[in-house]
Amino acid sequence: MRNITVRESLNEAMRQEMEIDETVIVMGCDVAIRGNPFGVTKGLLRQFGEKRVIDTPISEAAFTGMGVGAAAMGLKPIVEILYSDWITLASDQIVNMAAKMRYMFGGNIEMPLVVRAPFGAGGGNAAQHSQSFENWFNHIPGLKVVAPITPYDLKGMLITAIRDKNPVIFFEHKRAYQMKGEVPEELYTVPFGKAAIRREGKDVTIVSYSMMSIHAMEAAEELAEDGIDCEVIDLRSILPMDYETVMNSIEKTNRVVVTQEANLRGGFAADIVAEIIDRGFDLLDTAPVRVGGLNVPMPYNMGLENYVIPGKETIKKAIRKALKD
Amino acid sequence: MSIKIDKEVLEKFTCYTPLKAPEGMKKEEQMKLFYRMKLIREFDTTVKDLWMENKIYGLAHSYVAAEAIAVGTCFALKPDDAITSTHRGHGHVIAKGGDVKKMMAELFGKYEGYNHGKGGSMHIADVPHGMLGATGIVGSGMPLAVGSALAADRLGTGNVTICFHGDGGTNQGVWHESINMAAAWNLPVIFVLENNQMAIGTELKSVSKEVELYKRAAGYGIPGVQVDGFNVFAVYKAVKKAVDRARNGEGPSLIEAKFLRLLGHFVADDQWYRDLKAVEPFWKLDPISRMKDYLLENKIAAAKEIERVEKDITKEILDAVNYAANECTEPSVETLYDNIYADGEIIK
Ligand SMILES: Cc1ncc(C[n+]2csc(CCOP(=O)(O)OP(=O)(O)O)c2C)c(N)n1
Repeated sequence: MRNITVRESLNEAMRQEMEIDETVIVMGCDVAIRGNPFGVTKGLLRQFGEKRVIDTPISEAAFTGMGVGAAAMGLKPIVEILYSDWITLASDQIVNMAAKMRYMFGGNIEMPLVVRAPFGAGGGNAAQHSQSFENWFNHIPGLKVVAPITPYDLKGMLITAIRDKNPVIFFEHKRAYQMKGEVPEELYTVPFGKAAIRREGKDVTIVSYSMMSIHAMEAAEELAEDGIDCEVIDLRSILPMDYETVMNSIEKTNRVVVTQEANLRGGFAADIVAEIIDRGFDLLDTAPVRVGGLNVPMPYNMGLENYVIPGKETIKKAIRKALKD
Repeated sequence: MSIKIDKEVLEKFTCYTPLKAPEGMKKEEQMKLFYRMKLIREFDTTVKDLWMENKIYGLAHSYVAAEAIAVGTCFALKPDDAITSTHRGHGHVIAKGGDVKKMMAELFGKYEGYNHGKGGSMHIADVPHGMLGATGIVGSGMPLAVGSALAADRLGTGNVTICFHGDGGTNQGVWHESINMAAAWNLPVIFVLENNQMAIGTELKSVSKEVELYKRAAGYGIPGVQVDGFNVFAVYKAVKKAVDRARNGEGPSLIEAKFLRLLGHFVADDQWYRDLKAVEPFWKLDPISRMKDYLLENKIAAAKEIERVEKDITKEILDAVNYAANECTEPSVETLYDNIYADGEIIK
């Protein structure tokens, strides 16, 4: 199979789906002529024209809201928020409109909206260009939230997102665009709500998603040399979330580490740990351990930034903690 | 020796005005305008090199070509007046009288920098000098400026606030909401629109039907004017008038300083998406060459004098780089939680 980058896999997903479904449109700041700063939407304008690939003014609230309106009336918009930090500007439209309209209106409306949101830290982009807000949206009934990381999953899940009749927040890690992996040429889908076991192991379960699953794998490989056998789960989908796979794994390992890149307080890891305890407290031999960023706005200085973002070493430490007693 | 501006440029750039110092402006003042503009140019030219050499990182946006706007504007201010900035803040700091050493140290991520290494280029701030900080959220300086004007009004300080913003920012909802409130309550704020006609790769004319943005002022019942944004005197005169008005309690104005982005959006942007041949002739409008030309042509300064200023600037920037690179320190992890909350309180 071909090896292509994350950037190419996302581009291909949009292109192929746009080829077979002319209701799919793409809109956002600089998505057309420039093909987005990361090159994710490159070439779409040339192929599909400016009626379907739209450079918007810097009007996040309005163009996201237009996505909501267009979705309600027959299009399948893919709206891009260049850096997910600014989803704050569009949040009213997402949270108070897109997420709730079907319910408020008694089921009489569809909302096939995708909001693509590059997220995550690294590279010294400081406090307004580094954040991870997935748990804000996890809190909102009516939304779906996904954060796949492999090129294969990103392509398959973006196609699933476009076809889904519900609003989907699609988080792409900014540091992943150059990462490569095997991706089939044809159209395929990867379902939401189904985690992937990246590495089987018997000693401890590591629950991860997005960039943290890459770091979790690195940690697991290194600890394997010390005879520690980790099972690494990549959730891929945050809402809905595959607790079955997680609980089955814990049943085997009896220990769990839950990771997120976002700062720890009020994060998704806390929600996952709470649910694990509700579902299977008795399965655990040791207390669940959370890994997350420090509770600070992201500092510019890259030394400090690296200290704030969790990585392989933070995860290794957490695993050792989970293995104590 | 006078710079000849091509007909083709003048046809496209209809707000061009020849440089002419305001009545009574002293030589030292004119030289100061030149110095500040040139200092910005040298600073940002150096920043680009440093970024390319991986000495600084993150997102850095150059103020090159816009120098006349910040410098002309801030020259009309008193030290206690405030300005708000954009993601392109270096020029605003220098124009407001900031310290290039502290700014360079910040870009190097050093503790001695303006923001103790926490902000970098995109959040450069010099609050003691009234520069209320660069921000990475396009449009977010608008309400900040109006709020600053509200504070000045309620506290009776007599200060005004300048709100720098780009043409891209004019399509954010807060742009409209902010101007509306400032106008409704006659607040002492001047909206200085740096219209470089581009928002990264998106041309203004492709996302706005009316590109003469100063006309929007009419909709809010405030004065709106357009000036040659490459002309430091023209900017100064327009802002001075608006500042006097605001200080008199007559409320806000919108000043559209029109120019053209001559370089990339951020320092490493090669602008593959843009027809650079069409941009090239606009370099003739370069505010600094024009100012130098004006000073010489009108015998305001001798070539030697100007050379000396230029030499001093080169040294000032070299010193700043040396200071930032060699004399400053990385912030320690002990400083990580500092300044999240007031009064040294730490909540982890
Ligand atoms: C809310 C928000 N949307 C999008 C961006 C990405 N972005 C950064 S600068 C920029 C263009 C801004 O254009 P303008 O206001 O005209 O200022 P210029 O860069 O041209 O000086 C864009 C789209 C952002 N930083 N914030």
